[in-house]
Amino acid sequence: MAAMFSQNPLMNGPNYSFNDAPRTAAPEGARQHRFDPYTDNGGSTLAIAGADFTIMAGDTRLTSGYSINSRYHPKLFKIGGTTADQKDATIVLSVVGFAADGEALKERLDAICKMYRYRHGKPMSVKACAQRLSTILYQKRFFPYYVYAILGGLDEEGKGAVYSYDPVGSYEREQCRAGGAAASLIMPFLDNQVNFKNQYEPGSGVGHALQERERKPLTRSEGEILVKDAFDGAVERHIEVGDGLQMMVITKDGIEEILLPLKKD
Amino acid sequence: MDHRPQAWGRPRDDVYGAYDHSYFQNTGPRQATQAPIVTGTSVIAIKYKDGVVMAADNLASYGSLARFPDVKRLRVFLDSSVIGFSGDVSDMQFLDRHLTELSIDEAYEDPSSDNKGHLNAANLHKYLQKFLYKRRNDFDPLWNQLLIAGFDGDAKPYLASVDLRGTSFTSPSLATGFGSALAQPIMRRYAATEEDAAKLTREQAVEVVKECMKVLYYRDARSLDRYSIAVVTKEGVELKEDEQLEKQSWAFAERIKGYGTQTV
Amino acid sequence: MFRNNYDNDSVTFSPQGRIFQVEYAAEAVKQGSVVVGIASKTHAVLVAIKRNAEELSSYQKKLFPIDEHVGIAIAGLTSDARVLSNFMKQQCLGHRLTYGRNMPVRTLVDMIGSKAQINTQHYGKRPYGVGLLVAGVDDHGPHLFEFQPSGMTEEMVAFAIGARSQMARTYLEKNLEAFADCGREELIRHGLKALKESLVQDRELTIDNTSVAIVGVEKQEDGTTKPQPFKVYDGQDVSAWIESVADNAEAAPAAAEGDGMDVDS
Repeated sequence: MAAMFSQNPLMNGPNYSFNDAPRTAAPEGARQHRFDPYTDNGGSTLAIAGADFTIMAGDTRLTSGYSINSRYHPKLFKIGGTTADQKDATIVLSVVGFAADGEALKERLDAICKMYRYRHGKPMSVKACAQRLSTILYQKRFFPYYVYAILGGLDEEGKGAVYSYDPVGSYEREQCRAGGAAASLIMPFLDNQVNFKNQYEPGSGVGHALQERERKPLTRSEGEILVKDAFDGAVERHIEVGDGLQMMVITKDGIEEILLPLKKD
Repeated sequence: MDHRPQAWGRPRDDVYGAYDHSYFQNTGPRQATQAPIVTGTSVIAIKYKDGVVMAADNLASYGSLARFPDVKRLRVFLDSSVIGFSGDVSDMQFLDRHLTELSIDEAYEDPSSDNKGHLNAANLHKYLQKFLYKRRNDFDPLWNQLLIAGFDGDAKPYLASVDLRGTSFTSPSLATGFGSALAQPIMRRYAATEEDAAKLTREQAVEVVKECMKVLYYRDARSLDRYSIAVVTKEGVELKEDEQLEKQSWAFAERIKGYGTQTV
Repeated sequence: MFRNNYDNDSVTFSPQGRIFQVEYAAEAVKQGSVVVGIASKTHAVLVAIKRNAEELSSYQKKLFPIDEHVGIAIAGLTSDARVLSNFMKQQCLGHRLTYGRNMPVRTLVDMIGSKAQINTQHYGKRPYGVGLLVAGVDDHGPHLFEFQPSGMTEEMVAFAIGARSQMARTYLEKNLEAFADCGREELIRHGLKALKESLVQDRELTIDNTSVAIVGVEKQEDGTTKPQPFKVYDGQDVSAWIESVADNAEAAPAAAEGDGMDVDS
């Protein structure tokens, strides 16, 4: 009771909530941000490099949670053309993950390719573009673009080139790669069908005597069929994949775009 | 009794705990919006053969309180586009002021009166997407989801959405909030694809939207039976801001069991 | 050269109300080789005489694409022009990124106008020593603008700047009425004829010293118009046009029309 009448609250009486009263400890720890800047918009992408072509593919569904926001939202973008309609582009970027980051990444890479062309008077090679994309991603190492990117085109020798990335810019050139929601469903299928993993010459023996099936590049039609099969499989087993299949085939003659229907359920 | 006048009327620390500076301060880290406060519910829109129809009710809620029952959430831009706002109302009003500024600047840039060369709905959507995406990058989001309706550069009907994270997409019909679960399935029956939408007449589109507003009023507890409806055509925007939901039938309510006091 | 007390900087007026530094900058424009621009209802063309410093050197470029819908012709200090060109390129890219459309030509020209004006009102700064003709298309159709080091910009039907450009302007004034309804080929020929007027006695247009650039809107089959991107033609690509305005070719312009069309493919 004496404490209540204390003239010296700092000694032993009650303190009052003055703005300047010293705070002993954070009341319930640091206050946390409730805003989550990321969402996952689902969908899946896929790329296969051939001897003289590259196939890029992605479904066109855009989801958030269990909702389908759009049945036609492309994940494939032509990069580095001279005009806005990208008629003369030779490189394709696919992005899957957080759609807004994907859009921002695409526009940034495209602007850089356009500046490159303006400064050097020639288009960027896929190799240079691939390296630049890695730098762009790594620049945001501590607030990453939440996207799995795949870059496709033809290399200096005219061979198909596929570069795949993680969200912070690690990248490598590969024969094929699946990205996004159904990557774990499609990639093993690709390993088996493109790189002939776990396929052996019949009757070549057992154990160390087993001979792997010889790898040879796919033809374009084989590749396209593989892509369609891969996505039909993914649609069946993954709810975030479906609606439409967008394919871009890059050859020395340019980029051909193919749209095929997928199940809408 | 503490005789220091500063202490009068102040909460005592031994009762309420020490004052938490983070709630009210002028210095220190800047506080961004943590959560929407006064909110508007769904906005819905559907494309038809010569334009787009959009609707939203006139309610601004404070949590579960129907706080402001006469708030207009559809906004006309340059007589050629309509923006529908759901989510935080103060952020909507901020965007509204910003868009007014933008439209004045745009009118100065292009003083010709033929209405050509103005920002169209596609341009506007791109701009708003950039704007909201930048605010999310700054961790200071504008807590809204917007629908933008009008025409694109090829003079075709245009409808798109953008949200507080800058995610944007287009579709023949769009709905925000509860509408994406309640209204979107109904609208997709009439406009599943762009081709279907291009066959709809204006009357059909308006009818579908009104039907959806009714369903939303039946089932969305944060909705109101007074709403705004806008029709965007090449000629301009026809906006009605004080419509009343008609022909409601609550007969279905009798069949709903398990929530109330009924025993059978 | 003539000197006075009022030309040491660009912030001091002479008692007659002149700013000499700005006037000298305008003189620099007249040192550059001549460029001509003409706009019709459907196209805007730029044509230019390129100069080589000596027999062994290459020819200095005169026409530069800025964005897909706009480009410039320069007369004066090329390095100053590059600064402006880079600035315009950045602005167009930025505008495209934020609004997804071509930057309106007048907006772009106003920006370099304001930028150049600053240099005429700040102590220690130097006006740009270059004049520009800006040709572009936007929603209002083709445009031609003149830009001067003073920061003055003005929309033109046809104009010429650079050395001996008065002769070209006289030609343009004489043919003013014809331009509005000219097609692309006709417009280029008018441009080249104006250019010829400005040539010194024993010089003539060659594929080495002539540059042509075109931008325009094309009527589509469905009645809508589509911008035709800004394109610069040099070397062999301009030979047909040069021949079509050669003194002995005047008699048979119809044949030349066919030749000119081939270049476009």
